Amino acid sequence: MLDYETLKLIWWVLVGALLLGFAIMDGHDMGVGTLLPFAGKNDVERRIMINTVGPHWDGNQVWFITAGGAIFAAWPLVYATAFSGFYWAMLAVLWALFFRPVGFDYRSKIESPTWRNTWDWGLFIGGFVPPVIFGVAFGNLLQGVPFHFDNDLRSFYTGTFWELLNPFALLTGLVSSAMITAHGANYLMIRTEGDVYRRVRSASLIFGTLTLVLFAAAGVWLAKGISGFVITSAIDPNALPNPLDKTVVTETGAWLKNYSLYPATMLVPAIGFLGGLLALLAARFDKPLTAFVGSSLNMLGIIGTAGVSLFPFVMPSSSDPRSSLTVWDSVSSHLTLGLMLGATIIFLPLIIIYTSWAYKKMSGKVTAAFIEANDKSAY
Amino acid sequence: MISTELVDLSRLQFAVTALYHFLFVPLTLGMTFLLVIMEGSYLVTGQQIYKDMTRFWGKLFGINFALGVTTGLTMEFQFGTNWAYYSHYVGDIFGAPLAIEGLMAFFLESTFIGLFFFGWDKLSKGQHFMVTVLTAIGSNLSALWILIANGWMQDPVGAEFSYTTMRMELSNFWEVIFNPTAQAKFVHTVSAGYVTASIFVLGISSWYLLKGRDIEFARRSFRVAAAFGFASALSVIVLGDESGYTISESQQTKLAAMEAMWHTEPAPAAFNVIAIPNEKEQRNDYELQIPYVMGIIGTRSFSKEIPGIAEIKEKNRGRIESGMLAVSAMEELRKNKDDAAAKQVFEAHKKDLGFGLLLKQYTEDVSQATPEMIQHAVDSTVPRVAPMFWSFRVMVALGFLFAILLTLSLYHTVKGTFLKQRWLLRWAVLMIPTPWIAAELGWFVAEYGRQPWTIYGVLPTHLSASSLSAGSLYGSLTGFVVFYTGLLAIELYLMFKFARKGPGSLGTGRYYADQAAH
Repeated sequence: MLDYETLKLIWWVLVGALLLGFAIMDGHDMGVGTLLPFAGKNDVERRIMINTVGPHWDGNQVWFITAGGAIFAAWPLVYATAFSGFYWAMLAVLWALFFRPVGFDYRSKIESPTWRNTWDWGLFIGGFVPPVIFGVAFGNLLQGVPFHFDNDLRSFYTGTFWELLNPFALLTGLVSSAMITAHGANYLMIRTEGDVYRRVRSASLIFGTLTLVLFAAAGVWLAKGISGFVITSAIDPNALPNPLDKTVVTETGAWLKNYSLYPATMLVPAIGFLGGLLALLAARFDKPLTAFVGSSLNMLGIIGTAGVSLFPFVMPSSSDPRSSLTVWDSVSSHLTLGLMLGATIIFLPLIIIYTSWAYKKMSGKVTAAFIEANDKSAY
Repeated sequence: MISTELVDLSRLQFAVTALYHFLFVPLTLGMTFLLVIMEGSYLVTGQQIYKDMTRFWGKLFGINFALGVTTGLTMEFQFGTNWAYYSHYVGDIFGAPLAIEGLMAFFLESTFIGLFFFGWDKLSKGQHFMVTVLTAIGSNLSALWILIANGWMQDPVGAEFSYTTMRMELSNFWEVIFNPTAQAKFVHTVSAGYVTASIFVLGISSWYLLKGRDIEFARRSFRVAAAFGFASALSVIVLGDESGYTISESQQTKLAAMEAMWHTEPAPAAFNVIAIPNEKEQRNDYELQIPYVMGIIGTRSFSKEIPGIAEIKEKNRGRIESGMLAVSAMEELRKNKDDAAAKQVFEAHKKDLGFGLLLKQYTEDVSQATPEMIQHAVDSTVPRVAPMFWSFRVMVALGFLFAILLTLSLYHTVKGTFLKQRWLLRWAVLMIPTPWIAAELGWFVAEYGRQPWTIYGVLPTHLSASSLSAGSLYGSLTGFVVFYTGLLAIELYLMFKFARKGPGSLGTGRYYADQAAH
């Protein structure tokens, strides 16, 4: 089996990969939800939009669930500390997500306009709220979160919900929302035509531009105004995980250290910008598939930038820095990490293969004629 | 110290959300296989009516499935939000089956279910059938991994405590997977799901038959449900009996509580058909017994004893006393991991560590626990008898009713006389809600019966909760109840609406509701 240090690093990459999978797959149907009430001007148009993701949203949502499960299995302390600390934020995500399964499945089962309109706003909430909150969460991780452990490693969160909504975190929340919306618009461009297509193309250009501007602004703010965290004691990456076994200080500019230490990592934010530009150009020249690839790269860059900046931290503590959780000391045992890696190597490629097959089988534009012909069975 | 109020609220919230979730799971588990059978018949015979059956029952299945997904999301996150210390303490073992469930089963089920609904025109017949089969396999595999995780909570094999990381760590994953408790639970739970779906289809089909509408459609549905349901009901009874409860200590404790066995009896023990348990005096005020039966079912022998509550408690007293030494030694080792004396004590008593932790509910310093505290802890190791006793009995009685209904249904199906047995059809309609009652009671027996532990013998429920404020819990609990109840009302409304409409809701023009609309 691989040594412990390598596995810890692999799992940092894998959790990132699952989050990225979530952003690309569940992100595009959340983007569809966000755009639904605005880009769909009548019932048929809205049904067209919903049916572009009709067969897929449920599978896509599993990226979210699996990312949660993987964090539980690979970083149990992060799962425990973050989910209980961000209690109301997590519940807001959860409750927003409740609108999706029922919204998708129930909306078109009854013909009343009020019924359908209500669920459309439900789908909007389910698409809009989670990305904002995840963005806000990352903004808070970058500033450190007020929590500490007692000697039994029980975590105590000492902040409030409202503190999470600070200016920098709201900015990162907007970055996240804009990138997901642009990505959803790019997906809709692939699957729609006519009026809906024209509207989502504009949305792609607007939100794509917004993403890049806000991302740049957050980058500058991070470099100038946010103190990063640094481990000051010796690190033994192979040691048994114990977060209380280290000393940590805060330092302005510390979040940029990895980029000067390993210059290759500068590629990560660069991919974010280049992917975003590619998406904009492709949308401008009506190449939806390329635009979708562009916004996927854009998200890879943005999520990756947050990860690389924080590394090796995952969840720094602002109130008790030594309680900070890092890739070295918040992980599960050597055996579990190895075993989970095995499961991932077997199943992730299979998932990608059959998901691709599902998309291939369902490909093509969703049209008004399709909705009419499948009035009873389509969403 | 964590307040009892917080722990109780956290438990209540978990119970509410899990019981709601479990309203939707059994139907999903069984319905997917009924759909496989119906679509398989379509594939083989090429008759349109089997395709219509698959689509119509699939539609009802979808209405149910949407809420299964909704309420299932909560389950994945609630360990972290409300049971943070649990998540830390056992995440190394418990997290793995949950993550593997996602990777192996949940993706499969959720990806293909979309194709099931939307792929009729885009896939070949064979491809669509394969999609339905994979959905069924996915949903059932999902149950397998969840029950492996749950089985480990009942019977924590293949793991060891580490005082360096202050948690349980995986030592043997195969033991976790092939945990006999988990395997028994899995078979019982999925079979119960198959029965639920069968009675659902059987009951609604009977209603059409009683109304004299969509006869051909309902007749075929009834037959499929009767055959599949009969096989499943047998499996629930045969595989769900008490023999599963003698496997491990936690299950023995449950067995004693749900059978109201206050004392160990000479083997083979008698079975209490009815009893009035008296918790205070630790005896039954009244009991109606059948000699030998309990011992024979439970141990499959005439000579093995089944431990009674008093004896279980006495044994646990010893473990608590030994656990006190383990906790103190562990605390020493947390301060100085090279303390050789503490290490020796710890090694000798570590298997009872969890029992020592039971005292944390009464005192921070476990070594100073008073005899009263120890007595409280001892008494807490067996769940209250009356709720266990009655829940179990109602569940079992319902199980036998299902078996009778499904046997008679199959009998009249084979004879070809069920259309004339109006009493049977009426009874089938009335039985529609009962499998859900049995399923919820079964969940209650399994989970309430595990108290005072989240992980039997390892981690007390009291220590497992997140350090939240009680106020947060009141807020979130209210939110869940309001949200879920609203969604359930909508779900039931749609379910009734489409069940009433019947296959005419497909809009094919071939069925009763189509005619009525014109």
